[in-house]
Amino acid sequence: MRKLPPVVAILALAAAACSNSASDNPAGGNSAAASAPAEAKPLAGVTVEIAAKWTGDEQASFEKVLKAFEEKTGAKVTYASTGEDTGAYLGPRIQGGNPPDVAILPQPGLVQQYADQKALKPLSSEVLSQIDQNYTPYWKELGSAGGQVYGVLVKAAHKSLIWYRQGAFDDAGAQEAASWDDLIGKTAQTLADSGTAPFALCAASGWTLTDLFENVYLSSAGPENYDKLAKHEIPWTDPSVTTALEKMAQIFGKKDFMLGGSSGALQTDFPTCVTQVYGQKKAAMVIEADFVAASVGQSGAKVGEEAKIMPFPKAGDTEPVVLGGDVGVVMKDSKGAQALLEFLASKEGGEVWAKEPGYLSPNRNVSPDNYPSELTKQLAQTIISAGEAVRYDMSDLAPSAFGGTDGKGEWKHLQDFLRDPKDIKGIQQKLEADAAKAYGK
Amino acid sequence: MTERLNGPQAPGGDDLAAGASPGPTDASTAPAASSPAPPPEPPAGTRPAGDSPEPRASSEPPASAQSPGSSEAAAAEPPARGAKAARLGPSPKMAVLFLLPALLLLAAWVIYPIVYSIFRSLYDAAGDGFVGLDNYLAIFTDSGTLTTIRNNIIWVVVAPLIVTVLGLMFAVLTERIRWATAFKLVLFMPMAVSLLAAGVIFRLVYEQDPDKGVANAVITVVHDTFSSSQGYPGARPRENDEAPAVLKGGDVVTRQSAQPGGQVLIPLVGLKPDAVAKAPPAKPAGSGGLSGTVWLDVVRGGGGTVNQIDDAEKGLGGITVEAVADGQVKATTETAADGTFYFSGLSAGSYDIRLPKSNFEAPFNGLTWLGPTLITPAIIGAYIWVWAGFAMVLIAAGLSAIPRDALEAARIDGATEWQVFRRITVPLLAPVLLVVFVTMVINVLKVFDLVFIIAPGSVQPQANVIALEMWRVSFGGGGNQGMGSALAIFLLVLVLPFMIFNIRRFRRDER
Repeated sequence: MRKLPPVVAILALAAAACSNSASDNPAGGNSAAASAPAEAKPLAGVTVEIAAKWTGDEQASFEKVLKAFEEKTGAKVTYASTGEDTGAYLGPRIQGGNPPDVAILPQPGLVQQYADQKALKPLSSEVLSQIDQNYTPYWKELGSAGGQVYGVLVKAAHKSLIWYRQGAFDDAGAQEAASWDDLIGKTAQTLADSGTAPFALCAASGWTLTDLFENVYLSSAGPENYDKLAKHEIPWTDPSVTTALEKMAQIFGKKDFMLGGSSGALQTDFPTCVTQVYGQKKAAMVIEADFVAASVGQSGAKVGEEAKIMPFPKAGDTEPVVLGGDVGVVMKDSKGAQALLEFLASKEGGEVWAKEPGYLSPNRNVSPDNYPSELTKQLAQTIISAGEAVRYDMSDLAPSAFGGTDGKGEWKHLQDFLRDPKDIKGIQQKLEADAAKAYGK
Repeated sequence: MTERLNGPQAPGGDDLAAGASPGPTDASTAPAASSPAPPPEPPAGTRPAGDSPEPRASSEPPASAQSPGSSEAAAAEPPARGAKAARLGPSPKMAVLFLLPALLLLAAWVIYPIVYSIFRSLYDAAGDGFVGLDNYLAIFTDSGTLTTIRNNIIWVVVAPLIVTVLGLMFAVLTERIRWATAFKLVLFMPMAVSLLAAGVIFRLVYEQDPDKGVANAVITVVHDTFSSSQGYPGARPRENDEAPAVLKGGDVVTRQSAQPGGQVLIPLVGLKPDAVAKAPPAKPAGSGGLSGTVWLDVVRGGGGTVNQIDDAEKGLGGITVEAVADGQVKATTETAADGTFYFSGLSAGSYDIRLPKSNFEAPFNGLTWLGPTLITPAIIGAYIWVWAGFAMVLIAAGLSAIPRDALEAARIDGATEWQVFRRITVPLLAPVLLVVFVTMVINVLKVFDLVFIIAPGSVQPQANVIALEMWRVSFGGGGNQGMGSALAIFLLVLVLPFMIFNIRRFRRDER
C-alpha cells in the first residue's frame, strides 16, 4: 500500500492533463515550477495535442510555428501526424471519445461532417476577433457549419499553377503557354518533339488528378457551373463536364505527353513526379500546387531560377484560381486549444510560418515580405486580391466518400479515365452514379 | 504403442515398412512419433463420448481456443465421473470462479463485438435507419466489392498452397545440409519484419524503373542477355500534315512514293539531341539510285527549319530502310552514320520508303508489377516471402519427429529418395501440413497490410480484398459502418469453417 499514492498521483495527473478545465492549471503550474525556472507564461504546464496531415518538410515547418507558440505561452504542444487520410485517423478517435485538442482538417467538407457529429467546439470570441481582423468573409464561410463558425483557414494552397523546368524549355525552345490550346499544341508538342516528356503526373495519388480536372473545369465551364457541380446541382453527365474531360484527354490520350505513359503515371505517387522533373530531369512540367516548392528545393532546383511557375492557362473564358487549404478546428474545449488556434489565425503566427518554404497564408495581414521567395509573394498577392472570385477545391468540398478516398469515387474514376481516355461517356456515368450515392446521404 | 506406430506406417502402403521395424527399437521413438503425427482415422472416430464440448468451443476464435478449451475440459471432467462423494477435483462453484475472468474477457472482447457487429450491420451508415439485409445484398451487387471477393478467392486458392509447398521443400531440403540452422534462420528472418515494413520493401522491389526495382532489374538483365534492342526508341515523325513521313502501325512510312534517281528526306523527332551528340551531322544523300537521309530534325534550343537538314542536326545511323512496292519489300538497306542511305539496282517504278518499327522499339523495361493485371500476384509474392519461412519451421519440427527407422527401412528396401519422400515422408507429415495449410488459409482471408501498402492508389480497387474494403468503408473515408459491419460478419463467416476445422484438429491431437 505504500507504493500506491505515487501511482494514484500519476494517474490523477494524467487525468488532469487530459481534462480541460482551468482547475488543472494550478497543479500543472506547481509541478512545472518545481522542475523548471518558471516565467510568467499564461499557459505554463498546459499540454495541447494537435493533429494534422503534414509530414516531412511541411511538418518541420509547422513544428517551428508550434515552437514559437510554446515559447510565447509556455504551453507544451505535441504534434500527431494523421497520415494522408485524416478522416480515417480522426474518426476512431472521435468515436473513442479521445480526439486531439486541435485538428487541422484538409477539407472544409469535414467541418460540416464533424459539426453534424457534434465533435467540434465553437471558437472562442478571441479567435473570432482574429478571424474578423485578418480574413475576408469568404474564408469565414468556409469554416462555418449551420451558421456557427468552427474553423479557421490556417494554410492556403494555390492549385492553379504549372511548374516547369527552365532547362527543358531552353533545350526545346518551348515557351510559357497563354492558353490551354497553346499548352497542348505548342508548348507540350515542342517538348515532346525534342525528346523530353512534357508532363510528369502523380496519378497514383488521386487528388492530383482532381486538381487538374478542377482547373480545367473552372476555366472551361465558368465559376457558376463550378459551384453547381460542387454542390451536385448539375449531374456529372452534364455536357460541361464532357468538355473538360475532352480537354484532359488531350494530355491523357498521348503516350508521348506523359512520362512513362499512362501506366507509368498511374504508378507514380506524389511527390515523385516533382522529383522526376527537377531531380531526375526526365520531364519538363508538373501540374501541382505551390506547396511542392519544398520538394522542388529538395530535388536540387532553385525556385525562381531552374524551377519556374506559369499560371494555369485558360481553357475557356475564366482564368482559373483554385485554392486548397487546411482548416483548424477545436475538438476539445480547452484554454490551450483556443489559444493555439488564436495564435495560428493571428498575424504573428502567420508571419512565423510564412518564413518557411511551402507555406502560403490566407491571412490578409501577413505581410508578403515575410515569404522567402518572390514567387510566393506574388502568389500571396493573387489570392488575397482575388478575394471572392476564387474557388475552393471542388473535391475537398464533396463528401469524402466521393472526393477524398483512395480507390473510390472521383479519385478512382479519374484514374480509370487516365488509363482509358476514350470512354468519356462511361466515366461520366460512373462519376454520376457514385456522386449520387455520396451526396444522397 | 506399437499399434500406434503401425498406424502412420500403413499409408506407406507396402509391407516393407512395417516388416522392417522390430519391436524393441520402437519404444524409444514411439512417444515422439505419436504426438505430432497421430494416426489419421481410427482413434478419433472411435471416441464419440469426448466430442460433446466441441460445438461450444468451436464458436470461439482461434487465439483463445487453446487455453479455454483445456480448462473447460478439466472443469467438465469431475461431474462426468458421477459420484458426488468421491469427488477429487474442486467444486463446480470453484471451477466457475476460476473460469469467470476468462469468460468475462471473452465476452467483452469477442462475444459482444461480434453480436454488436451483427446488430450494426442491419443498420444504415448513420446507424439509425434499419435496413434489414440490404448491406449484405450490397456486398454481392456492388462491382467493387465483388472484385474484393474475387481477389480473396485468388488469394485463398494460391497463397496457402504455395506457402505450404515451399515450406515443405525448404524443410526437407535443409534437413540434411551442414548449415541447416543458418539457412533456416535466413529463411525465417522475414517473419521478424513487420508486414508493413515488408510491404514498403516490396513496393520498392516492384518499381517499374529497373534502376530502382529489383524485380525488373533481374528480368531486364536476363532479357537483355538474350536480345538487346539497338534502335532509337521514341523517335517518330512530326505529327502534322507537312511532315514527309507518317506513322503507320508503328512503321514510319513516307507520305509520297519515290522513284529511282529521286531523293527522300525522312525527318524524325522525339529524341533528345544529346542522345545522338556523337553522331556526325546529317547531310543530303548523293545522287545515284534511290537515296535519302534519315535524321533528327531537332535543334537544341529550338529553331532550325522544319523538315530541312540544318547544320547542327545529326544523322541517325544504323536504321533499317525498306523500299516497298505493291505491298512487298523489294530492297533493304541500312543508313550510314550520317543518316544517308542508297538503294542501287532498283528497277524503275515507284516505291514507298519504310522504316520498320523494329528500329524504334522501346527497350524492354520489365513488367508492370504494380499495374492492374499483375498487382495481386505481385502482392501474393511478397506474402510468400514473409510466410514461407514460418511454414518451413513448423514443417521442419514435424519432420524431425517422424520415425527415422521408417525412412531407413524404406531406403534399405531399395526405395528411391523420391519414393521415400512421396510415400513415407509426406504421408507421415500430412497432419502437420494440413495444420499449416489451414492456418495459412485463415491468415490469407484477413490479409490487409500488404495490399494496403504495396498497391499504389490507382490500382487499389483492382488489388482490394475484403478486410481492406471493410476498413475503407467504415473508417477510411467511406464513413459507412453498417456496410463495414456487414463485411466484417461476411469475413467471419468465411473464416469460421476453417477455424472449426483447426480447433477439431487441435482437440484430437491433445488426446
